[in-house]
Amino acid sequence: MRFQKWLVTTLYILFLLLPIYWLVSMSFKTTNEILGVFSLWPIEFTLDNYRKIFTDPTWYNGYINSLIYVVINTVISVSVALPAAYAFSRYRFLGDKHLFFWLLTNRMAPPAVFALPFFQLYSATGLFDTHIAVALAHCLFNIPLAVWILEGFMSGVPKELDETAYLDGYSFWRFFIRIFIPTIAAGIGVAMFFCFMYSWVELLLAKTLTSVDAKPIAATMTRTASTSGYELGLLAAAGTLTIIPGAFVIYFVRNYIAKGFALGRV
Amino acid sequence: MARIELKNIRHSYPAAKGEDQVWALEEVNQVWEDGGAYALLGPSGCGKTTLLNIISGLLTPTEGSVLFDDKNMTQVATIDRHIAQVFQFPVVYDTMTVYQNLAFPLRNRGMNHSDIEPRVKEIAEMLDLTESLYNRAAGLTADGKQKISLGRGLVRPDVNVIMFDEPLTVIDPHLKWQLRSKLKQLHQQVGTTMIYVTHDQTEALTFAETVVVMYEGRVVQVGTPVELFEEPKHTFVGHFIGSPGMNLLPCENVDRKAHCLGSALGIAEKNETQSEQFQVGVRPEFVYFDEVGIPVNLNKVDDLGRYKVAEVETHGHVIKMIVDEGEDIPGENPRICFDLDHTRLYRDGWMVETEEVMP
Amino acid sequence: MNKISNQRAWWLVVPVVVLVAFNALIPLMTVVNYSVQETFGNNLFFWHGVGWFEQVLTSERFHASLFRQLAFTGMILIIEVPLGIAVALCMPRKGPWVSVCLVLMALPLLIPWNVVGAMWNIFALPDIGLLGRMINGLGIDYNFTQQPVAAWSTTVLMDVWHWTSLVVLLTYAGLCSIPDAYYQAARIDGASSWSVFRFIQLPKLKRVLTIAVLLRFMDSFMIYTEPFVLTGGGPGNTTTFLSIDLVKIALGQFDLGPAAAMSLIYFLVVLLVCWVFYTAMMRNEEQ
Repeated sequence: MRFQKWLVTTLYILFLLLPIYWLVSMSFKTTNEILGVFSLWPIEFTLDNYRKIFTDPTWYNGYINSLIYVVINTVISVSVALPAAYAFSRYRFLGDKHLFFWLLTNRMAPPAVFALPFFQLYSATGLFDTHIAVALAHCLFNIPLAVWILEGFMSGVPKELDETAYLDGYSFWRFFIRIFIPTIAAGIGVAMFFCFMYSWVELLLAKTLTSVDAKPIAATMTRTASTSGYELGLLAAAGTLTIIPGAFVIYFVRNYIAKGFALGRV
Repeated sequence: MARIELKNIRHSYPAAKGEDQVWALEEVNQVWEDGGAYALLGPSGCGKTTLLNIISGLLTPTEGSVLFDDKNMTQVATIDRHIAQVFQFPVVYDTMTVYQNLAFPLRNRGMNHSDIEPRVKEIAEMLDLTESLYNRAAGLTADGKQKISLGRGLVRPDVNVIMFDEPLTVIDPHLKWQLRSKLKQLHQQVGTTMIYVTHDQTEALTFAETVVVMYEGRVVQVGTPVELFEEPKHTFVGHFIGSPGMNLLPCENVDRKAHCLGSALGIAEKNETQSEQFQVGVRPEFVYFDEVGIPVNLNKVDDLGRYKVAEVETHGHVIKMIVDEGEDIPGENPRICFDLDHTRLYRDGWMVETEEVMP
Repeated sequence: MNKISNQRAWWLVVPVVVLVAFNALIPLMTVVNYSVQETFGNNLFFWHGVGWFEQVLTSERFHASLFRQLAFTGMILIIEVPLGIAVALCMPRKGPWVSVCLVLMALPLLIPWNVVGAMWNIFALPDIGLLGRMINGLGIDYNFTQQPVAAWSTTVLMDVWHWTSLVVLLTYAGLCSIPDAYYQAARIDGASSWSVFRFIQLPKLKRVLTIAVLLRFMDSFMIYTEPFVLTGGGPGNTTTFLSIDLVKIALGQFDLGPAAAMSLIYFLVVLLVCWVFYTAMMRNEEQ
């Protein structure tokens, strides 16, 4: 029984790692080797693909652009979601349930539906091709998500904490920042993880709202794939590099993932 | 039905890195006679639950053996030990009805449908669950759920022992008393051995015929409630049982006489030893005011209705005493005496035998 | 928890409402606006009523892509949910391997979606891909760029690869929150491991599984980037799901009216299914 369990887990992880391995190994191959011979690991090991990415500004700017809007989005989403989640978890007010459901419906809106109107909206406001445009657009689905996760965590904090603090003479904001936020630090971590994740992996809106100055790395990749023919090694190297930030983030939150899923009702 | 014997049981949980091995159970030798009603009493972390899990087979002891009717069961799986257990938090199978819950252990053992039904109904009747027999178990209150957990043990005809791990923790205070008397009544009805784990002395003393007191991984005393009260074998028992607990005072051995609070007590250790340091233990019930006693200062008096608890002080030691409702408390220069029949001497925590001597 | 009635709590919600409304309401209005008008270019618009809606709802193209979408979503749910539960049940519950498993399993979730598509493209290509070579090596003729069946299975496999871990993580978190006493009681009652699953684990997982199904339904219904990069919707239209079709109409053909009408219908379908699911879940919880 124990062996079977072990086997299932291992096979599943192998299945997950196989395509990633292929991508990584391809990123160290030359174009000739990729197209010419079928090899399980790089025969002519080369770092040329990576060298190209780190020296060509259109490539490395893509990374910087992606990271900038992802970070801006994460900060905006979590900081506005915090007070809202507090309101939903502690108070009853006019239309609270409808508002909450409305927020969640935006999590359900297919980005494809919004692509064109977003383009027009952000062009009209003069924000087109800026990092802030993508960061704001991603708020559409990240804010509802952050509110949802944080509300779950906050409901787990006893109300007595608030009441005691108010009795001790804390003002609302002082209590919120000094006491409440540290209390739900784990929840904020989980919310930030999910905001980071969804903003990092989304492409449709990011591509629609940028052309040159704020172009995300993922969009640079699609261009390369379609225009310059089969530069597969370069594509694979760029793809490999996009996995790294995600891997970093998971590593740091690994102990919270399971807990966050259970408590945060994601 | 079986007599359960624990022989030289020791247990330690795997130690974390860089920590020394800690014994959760130091060394336990204990016999549970068939059909007894036992309470396992002790503070949190004394090893009660560990001991319970060793009997049920959820844990295998690091050392020692578990015998059921002299048969070694140490390595036998839980299911083959024929034991039942009620946990601290009610465990019911949410999706099943009360009936299905009670029938579950029988069905798992391959019993016939026709045999299950009368058995389940009989037990449901005993536990006053007949009315809700076909309701979803998830909808019941905490005490109802605990009854189901108990019922799943009672339905099985082959149960050797039913164990309760602080079963009343989540029950409303006014229902606790009801459920406890129900348990006692059930024990008389079915006659199965029951072991009741608790840290609450009232629960232990009212339920059990025999109370096993545990402290820091070992059994310190086994006895009837009266024995625990009158002759605590260990200072922990004296202190833990009784409200307020036993008064413990330092005492010196001078010329084979116990000297305490500046005067000789009139008792001494029976078997002479070299040691000079003792503790005197006397319950608040056995301290009384007397004109020829030790002079004390009266600190305060709490009136608890049927009796009063007086707190007096002398030589820097506080002594509590119970004064009956009718008795007076001297206003000036109070003096106290100990009832020597109920005064015990302890060396290194353990009681020593005493004899009366002329002061 | 009983909450205090406090209308001033609205002030705490205002920033969220403003930001989301800016992103949701204005574009939605634009879509509604387009959906009822006809244009011949040069910013000239005419009232068209519900014409586009009728056209979309009766068009075979929409039916086909809606059907493909439903089939796809159904298929991935049927595979991912049981597989995810199975893997979660097999994962170690404590020890150093837990973190390793969690990190490795979460990896696919954090890869940009078009990289997922591209990765699977080069993984499955029959000439240079490991998977393509392996399947052809087994004597099966496989080329997902030309065979509809192969394209479908590759897309489904990619989605399974990409998202099963989400179900695993949710289920795993649910499993970890079941108190030990339940397992101990089951051992004492002599329950088989199937009974433990059926009567303890599954009932306790109901909530997280509902969330998992809901999330997987929503996300798979919106899927665009991965299949677009992998197959481009082809061969032919065999993997053209709703979003891909929508973008083709809106940006490819610039038929704004029908695209807008289709967007709204699409959105409403997602909303309706989620609402039905959500209310059913809530009613179940109240019982």
